[in-house]
Amino acid sequence: MKFMPSGDRAMVVEFGNEISTGVNNQVHALAERIKREQVPGVLELVPTFRSLMVYYDPWQTSYPKLRDTFLGSGGLGESAGGRKRRILKIPCCYGARFGLDLADMEKHTGLDRDEIITIHSSVDYKIYMMGFLPGFVYLGGLNKRIEMPRLKTPRVKIQPGAVGIGGSQTGVYPMASPGGWRLMGGTPVDFYDPDREEPILCKAGEYIRFVPITIDDYYDIRRMIVKGTYKVETVEEDETCL
Amino acid sequence: MSVKVIIPGALTTVQDAGRYGYQSSGIQTSGVMDHKAYEEANALVGNTGGEAVLEATLFGGMMEVTADTVAAVTGADMEPKVNNVPCGMNRPVLLRAGDTLSLDMAKSGCRSYIAFAGGVDVPVVLGSRSTNMKCRMGGYEGRPLQTGDAFETGLWGEEAAERYEEVRDRSFPAEVYTSPIEVRVIEGPQAEYFTEKGKETFYSARYTISDQSDRMGYRLEGEAIESVDGTDIISDGIAFGAVQVPASGRPIVLLADRQTTGGYAKIATVCSFDIPRLVQGKPGDTVCFRRISLEEAQRINENNRK
Repeated sequence: MKFMPSGDRAMVVEFGNEISTGVNNQVHALAERIKREQVPGVLELVPTFRSLMVYYDPWQTSYPKLRDTFLGSGGLGESAGGRKRRILKIPCCYGARFGLDLADMEKHTGLDRDEIITIHSSVDYKIYMMGFLPGFVYLGGLNKRIEMPRLKTPRVKIQPGAVGIGGSQTGVYPMASPGGWRLMGGTPVDFYDPDREEPILCKAGEYIRFVPITIDDYYDIRRMIVKGTYKVETVEEDETCL
Repeated sequence: MSVKVIIPGALTTVQDAGRYGYQSSGIQTSGVMDHKAYEEANALVGNTGGEAVLEATLFGGMMEVTADTVAAVTGADMEPKVNNVPCGMNRPVLLRAGDTLSLDMAKSGCRSYIAFAGGVDVPVVLGSRSTNMKCRMGGYEGRPLQTGDAFETGLWGEEAAERYEEVRDRSFPAEVYTSPIEVRVIEGPQAEYFTEKGKETFYSARYTISDQSDRMGYRLEGEAIESVDGTDIISDGIAFGAVQVPASGRPIVLLADRQTTGGYAKIATVCSFDIPRLVQGKPGDTVCFRRISLEEAQRINENNRK
């Protein structure tokens, strides 16, 4: 663990200098521990790929006090043994009016669209961190075979719910936004809805599994969401080898 | 509606202390730029609950009150007037129904804070009334005020007159905003990305606030800061006041509307107690950075509490 000050009200705890599940698990383990122990003076936590930003109130605590608390943890629960992973099953309509770049992706990868969809929907993607836009997930675990360079000229407006690939990342646009990712599908689920009790759908540390649906399913789910009768299905599985 | 916008300012938004607790979901904090002037404005009108205020940038415009209310203006001196008669800064003012409150161009400083007794009453979104312009969320319809906008304040009519009697003798000394602005910083979190020469440049050069500066960040013009081998990092959290250095070598101080995470090395972070003077800097003003230790900053924080 490396500790770095970020001004007089925040501390960065860094666990490595790489994007990997092992490093990211340590970030989330510390975040969970701080929340569980309700460490005094901690105002807000921002977990990222390989570090945890800890905002604190200098009137209630101090940098050395926090550092000692975090160091004094011993195991910190780095071993993921016995932990559960929470997986959100996100329905995704691949192709149809959402798959604007699927043809380009076929050309670039040499795979046909069914293969691309099968590969994309057969991985549980870990949410390493969130940022950029409200509800925007940075996912790890994309299969290298379907990596895809970003558009040279980004689109001016991408619809909310668009599912795409940008380089070695995949994810969902939570709200209308400019963007350069290659679009392959759309989810009816709102990753960000300011009027919902929990406006943000998911948290860093959870997993996302894309479940292929038809365009008819898409509209059915959309109707249920509008009526307030739809709930994203979640499953819990044991954390396996990392 | 008790306040109506007649002439909108250059950029006037509803803000409070900020929207905290959602940065881990990618939602920026927003909130006031100058927390000192904000707190003083609220104290002058007797607000104690972190009420929302108006933050006016460079030019304040004019509004009309349609019910008696108490207001106070702090921060940048925009020569506030009631019915065209100067009403003074840093003191409570009783406004009667039909009065106009107008703020001119900033004579000194960059941002004025206008507090009303009971606060600016807009809906609370995710725990805050602050305007998040990027997400069009919070504040007044998620955007800066325009002509014809109208909102309620928390306390008006007879209650406001009573409040005025309680607070009428309150005042704060006027702030004097000068350039160059010297701000104290704590080195890091990624100071090792820069050469010794680069760090020396940062601590000795005088930087000019560029006109591409806004609530998200102050872009500074001046001598480039030399890095060891580029300044790209794996994206991590960004504190209020973090000084990031992109490939150009010109530093950017990230402020209230900053993104929650970013991928450039941060050479230093401006101390929270010097943010108010920095954000009162206008394009063209100059800034220099002085390094202090974390221990010294902590001591200053503890003393400020006393």
